Amino acid sequence: MIFKTFPGGVHPPEEKELSEHCAFERMPAPSIVILPLSQHLGKQARPLVEKRAVVAEGQVVAEADGFISAPVHSPITGTVKSIGRESHSSGYAREALVIVPTEAKEGETLPEPQRLPALDPAIISVADIRARVKEAGIVGQGGAAFPTFVKLTPPEGKQIDTVILNGCECEPYLTRDDRFMIERPDAIISGLQLIMRALGVSKGVVGIESNKPQAIASMESAVAGQPDLSVCALQTKYPQGAEKMLIKAVNGREVPPGKLPLDVGVVIQNIGTAIAIHDAIAHGEPSITAALTVTGRGIRNPKNLIVPVGTPLSEVIAYCGGLTEDAAKVVVGGPMMGVAQHDLDAPVMKATSGIVILTQDEVRRQEETACLRCGKCIDACPLHLLPTRLARLAQLGMIEEAERLNITTCMECGSCAFICPANIPLVQWLRLGKQRVVHMQRNR
Amino acid sequence: MSSVTVTEAPTGQELLLSTSPHLHSRWTTKQLMWFVVLALVPCVISSVVYFGFYQLVIITTAVVFAAGTEALIQYLTKKPVTISDGSAVITGLLLGLIVPPYFSPAFTALGAVFAIAVGKMVFGGLGYNIFNPALVGRAFLQAAFPVAITTWTIPQFAVDAVSKATPLAAFKFDNVVTPLTPLVVGNVGGSLGETSAIAVLIGGIFLLVTGVANWRIPAAMIVGMLLFGGVLWLLDPAAPDPVFHIFAGSFLFAAMFMASDYVSSPVTGTGMWIYGLGISLVTVLIRVYGGLPEGVMYSILFMNAFVPLINRYTQPKLFGEGKA
Repeated sequence: MIFKTFPGGVHPPEEKELSEHCAFERMPAPSIVILPLSQHLGKQARPLVEKRAVVAEGQVVAEADGFISAPVHSPITGTVKSIGRESHSSGYAREALVIVPTEAKEGETLPEPQRLPALDPAIISVADIRARVKEAGIVGQGGAAFPTFVKLTPPEGKQIDTVILNGCECEPYLTRDDRFMIERPDAIISGLQLIMRALGVSKGVVGIESNKPQAIASMESAVAGQPDLSVCALQTKYPQGAEKMLIKAVNGREVPPGKLPLDVGVVIQNIGTAIAIHDAIAHGEPSITAALTVTGRGIRNPKNLIVPVGTPLSEVIAYCGGLTEDAAKVVVGGPMMGVAQHDLDAPVMKATSGIVILTQDEVRRQEETACLRCGKCIDACPLHLLPTRLARLAQLGMIEEAERLNITTCMECGSCAFICPANIPLVQWLRLGKQRVVHMQRNR
Repeated sequence: MSSVTVTEAPTGQELLLSTSPHLHSRWTTKQLMWFVVLALVPCVISSVVYFGFYQLVIITTAVVFAAGTEALIQYLTKKPVTISDGSAVITGLLLGLIVPPYFSPAFTALGAVFAIAVGKMVFGGLGYNIFNPALVGRAFLQAAFPVAITTWTIPQFAVDAVSKATPLAAFKFDNVVTPLTPLVVGNVGGSLGETSAIAVLIGGIFLLVTGVANWRIPAAMIVGMLLFGGVLWLLDPAAPDPVFHIFAGSFLFAAMFMASDYVSSPVTGTGMWIYGLGISLVTVLIRVYGGLPEGVMYSILFMNAFVPLINRYTQPKLFGEGKA
């Protein structure tokens, strides 16, 4: 069978077998919760509580500040211990609320967990969908953590005809979306239909990579008998789940550089986001848990987990049996685009999709040699850039030339650095070059 | 520069930090190079089969002097010695395989020194040379020892030894067309490694299947030869047919092992096609209208010079710029 795809890309080892058979487990409440005010793209949330305040599970503890922002809810009932800069999986310290669980003292009662009123997904209005998604603090689960209600509120005049649910999960190792599609297909379809209603779109497609046959079968039976919904099986190739690549594969449209999927009539949402939308509406659940895969050869018991947002990585790792002797690198996100951690006190956030622990053998770096000009990076680049040339320009400080060759288009998917036989850290140079181009553009 | 290690206090474990991606393909420079060396083994075997064990002396000399020159220059210029990456070994092997049988080992050594010193190291070593080093060495030998480099020994099992010449020379000077079968098996006069199409194809297909060599350059050369050789053949009945062009001389050997050299060929897909087609065009022009029977070496060197220009004008169209 020939599956649809995009030109370019690479085939990293998939490594899904470590966790693809593990059904979701709910992790118990942690001993401490670190709630960054910035768990999304956009302006950080504004705290609504003071130090020492007692907060209920589900209570809003920080409100959205501006249009592109999202509120934060407490995932546990407890006391605000501090408000200040804490570890963050981006590698930089960020403002966060630290909440510790509280035992009820004599004669006192702790506040009851709070939920939003449940709404009927079958009859909810467009305005109510958007309001609830905003109120529940839902952010995109695909990695960028863009506030979801913004994507459900397109600017006037944009013609959108298709919603694509991204079930590619093209990052190696991760199996969260796969498990979601196997375990909760009806919630996903409900979420998809809510997104379609909010956008006034009548066509919904679930794009899934061919290496998830169980998920494909599960979603196909969930869309059966619904002519406006379909499942599109796609070739297993990295980065099939990148927005531009997914649209290209599903309906052949190309998003021009600097444009959004909206500009070609498409909105993409992640599988996890669809579930969050369904749960926020049908069950009144705010965004207080994260679903993630904890996997890799460096963790003793790989699992797919539902974890309270704010749980320190160290507690999640301990819950999964701890690191193995030869664990060498802890990556938050997938191994192709995720961030290596230096501090395991950093918390799980709303959009954390995985913790991948790689071993000594897997991270051993080969010696870097001169560029052979083999052109493998150029064949691999899904956006048709010239990675080796751009890296060289960044290295030489030839920033204007790098700008002319569209360095800022690079989405840092890592295909070039993955394939490079000379082991040149291409993404590192490209990031540096992009930063310098942006800096230069600001000074113009 | 790319990674640091931190000690994670609570667990006591050392954690490695580096930028994404955190996975890497199995390819390394060294591995690619040694795969090419492996792919050349069938050609080494065919040279021994057709011309005798003495040819191993020539090939070994070329390899030793190529690698030795690189090591010496790196040692003298206080650079890390990188001969274990296999690239100098390839240059030596290639040079050894494109000289005539029983060619003087002393001349071969000189060619190898020139190939590495002038063809590669003066440009800055691996990755920086403009011209294919082995062909630079061969061009030097052609200029320095024009008689020796065109003195051909017929294969030991040659049934019909027309003359002590190559099929291309036989055609050019005596108008004799060598039939296809001896060209394919390699039972004809020619340079050590180039005579047997079977040996060349075994190694070449190995490189293509493993993804070491980019398929576009050999494909472009073969398509180009069918096209340009075919047009010339139709226009001029005196010109040989394109299939003869492909199987005679060093065309296939060059397509698989010389033109597909990473460093001296274009990096873009379109560029690779232009480069391969260009090589075929120049080859066929030299063979049919030039003074020399064979033209592949000069065509590749000629096209090497255009590689920076080709790269510049064949940048792939950015994703999304094709369709609005």
